[in-house]
Amino acid sequence: MSALLELTGVSKRFGGIDAVRGVDLRVERGEIIGLIGPNGAGKTTLVNLITGVHRATAGTVRFEGADVTAQRPHEAARRGLARTFQIVQPFPQMTVLENVMAGSLFAGASATPAIAREDAMQHLERVGLGAQAHRPAAILTLPSRKRLELAKSLAMKPRLLLLDEVNAGLNTSEIDGALELIRSIAADGVTIILIEHLMKVVLSLSQRVLVLHQGALIADGPPRAVVDDPRVVEAYLGARFAARFAQHPTEASRA
Amino acid sequence: MASHWRRIGIGLWLLGVAAAPLSGDNYVIKIATFVAFYGALALSWNFIGGYAGYPSFATAAFVGLGSYAGALCQNAGVPMVLSWGLAAGVTAIAAAALGFVVLRLRGHYFAIGSIALVEILSLIASWWSGLTGGGEGLNVTILPGGPVFIARFFLYAMLAIVVLALVATVLVERGRLGFGLRCIAQNEDAAEMVGVPTTLYKVLAFVLSGVFCGAAGAAYASWVAYIAPTDAFSILLTVKVPVMVLLGGPGTVFGPLLGSSALVLLEETVWARFLEFHQAILGAVIVALIFFLPGGLLGLAGRVRKSA
Ligand SMILES: Nc1ncnc2c1ncn2[C@@H]1O[C@H](COP(=O)(O)OP(=O)(O)OP(=O)(O)O)[C@@H](O)[C@H]1O
Ligand SMILES: [Mg+2]
Repeated sequence: MSALLELTGVSKRFGGIDAVRGVDLRVERGEIIGLIGPNGAGKTTLVNLITGVHRATAGTVRFEGADVTAQRPHEAARRGLARTFQIVQPFPQMTVLENVMAGSLFAGASATPAIAREDAMQHLERVGLGAQAHRPAAILTLPSRKRLELAKSLAMKPRLLLLDEVNAGLNTSEIDGALELIRSIAADGVTIILIEHLMKVVLSLSQRVLVLHQGALIADGPPRAVVDDPRVVEAYLGARFAARFAQHPTEASRA
Repeated sequence: MASHWRRIGIGLWLLGVAAAPLSGDNYVIKIATFVAFYGALALSWNFIGGYAGYPSFATAAFVGLGSYAGALCQNAGVPMVLSWGLAAGVTAIAAAALGFVVLRLRGHYFAIGSIALVEILSLIASWWSGLTGGGEGLNVTILPGGPVFIARFFLYAMLAIVVLALVATVLVERGRLGFGLRCIAQNEDAAEMVGVPTTLYKVLAFVLSGVFCGAAGAAYASWVAYIAPTDAFSILLTVKVPVMVLLGGPGTVFGPLLGSSALVLLEETVWARFLEFHQAILGAVIVALIFFLPGGLLGLAGRVRKSA
């Protein structure tokens, strides 16, 4: 059987910037993958290439065997490719419930707004926003908006869920809740690619970690091995510090 | 607005317009016909401007196209009401084709693109004199019958177009299309990401905003029995219709009817007395809207009820 998602030589150039360079990647069904990399490494751009927001300058994106390199975002959504936005994108004047209904109606399986309403309510309960259902999305706090993004993408009945820093800005107890939630989503059979800066989250959830640096994939493997990889340490800390840490590898992995 | 108030409002509006002949006054019937004409145009604009949030100034392009298409069909011997249907069809096809072009633009650029459509079609109507009579205009076959019959006939014809536009509005509002258009109005990129086929939906909204204008324009041409490029493709009309919807309440079912009748009646009552202030009044309404009535009259009603 073909991989769920397969990228071959995917590159994206913005003017003079190579945001993503020749990325090769296979994602199997049921995986939870952490995608890390310093600021500006190209993580969000990679998500945009997978979900049809940007079109790759070179290479191909395959999803469930089909070539989807040229797909439009709404086609990606209907195929089961859902993503959350790093910078949250609610429909501000709609209620929280209506925001989630949109996902259910247009990408999920709901045939009518009435069915979507029921469905959306369940997703809101799941992310802990049930009590806010009828309030306008614009008045939610940032952590609640992150959860709204998550509920909206769950309502899209995804096969592959790309979470772009859903936990940024959450406090410790909120993060514990989020970890729980992501685990339960994975348990439902959704494949997850998780973009995170918080190593605690990446290490506790991921079965496999990818590291992007200046647009290129420089590491791909089990979390521990990746974190101890000298090239990864170098990408994060710079060559001089990496050389110093190389003498104390255990300390480097804690960084 | 609570839905029973909305239904009562729509019912009273329709009854009020339909009852105009009871006055026995042809002037009143004429005003009621204008109220219905602008009501149909305002409901049309509401699809693209109200629900989808695209500031369209293409209304006069659709009205003008519909009036020429209807007049030419009628003069070629097609029965009148069938001509209106054909005019609506021609306008819908044109709206779909033009929509694919101008709906690539957003915000101010779309507004300018849509107003350019009015100018371009107006120029074509002027230049293609072999077909349209050019700047001299085009006479339209007159409906046989006395003035009383004709006045009533066109009142009810316009009202029928309003009812069709109303039915379409309610269906759109309740269904996927309306929901998707509201998503587009608020955040088009996010709408695309949750699976809304934004290009298709915007084109559908543009077609809906054209088709009833085309029918109303054709009916108008038959009513006045003469059309010319500057009247058919009127810039004043293309500005006035959005103002009417914003005045009543954009993205609602009753708002366009409320706003269009309010402005027509305001113009008619003040028009007779202060002819020279006509444009100034429209200007004052626009300013008042921007500063005091962001949600239109219906929004105002909602605010009053909340604070009470
Ligand atoms: N639409 C765009 N137009 C031009 N350049 C872009 C665009 N999107 C991203 N870039 C550039 O591509 C590079 C990668 O950006 P990207 O947002 O993918 O990084 P990231 O890994 O998500 O960073 P962060 O951790 O800060 O979110 C950056 O140099 C960025 O400036
Ligand atoms: Mg990013």
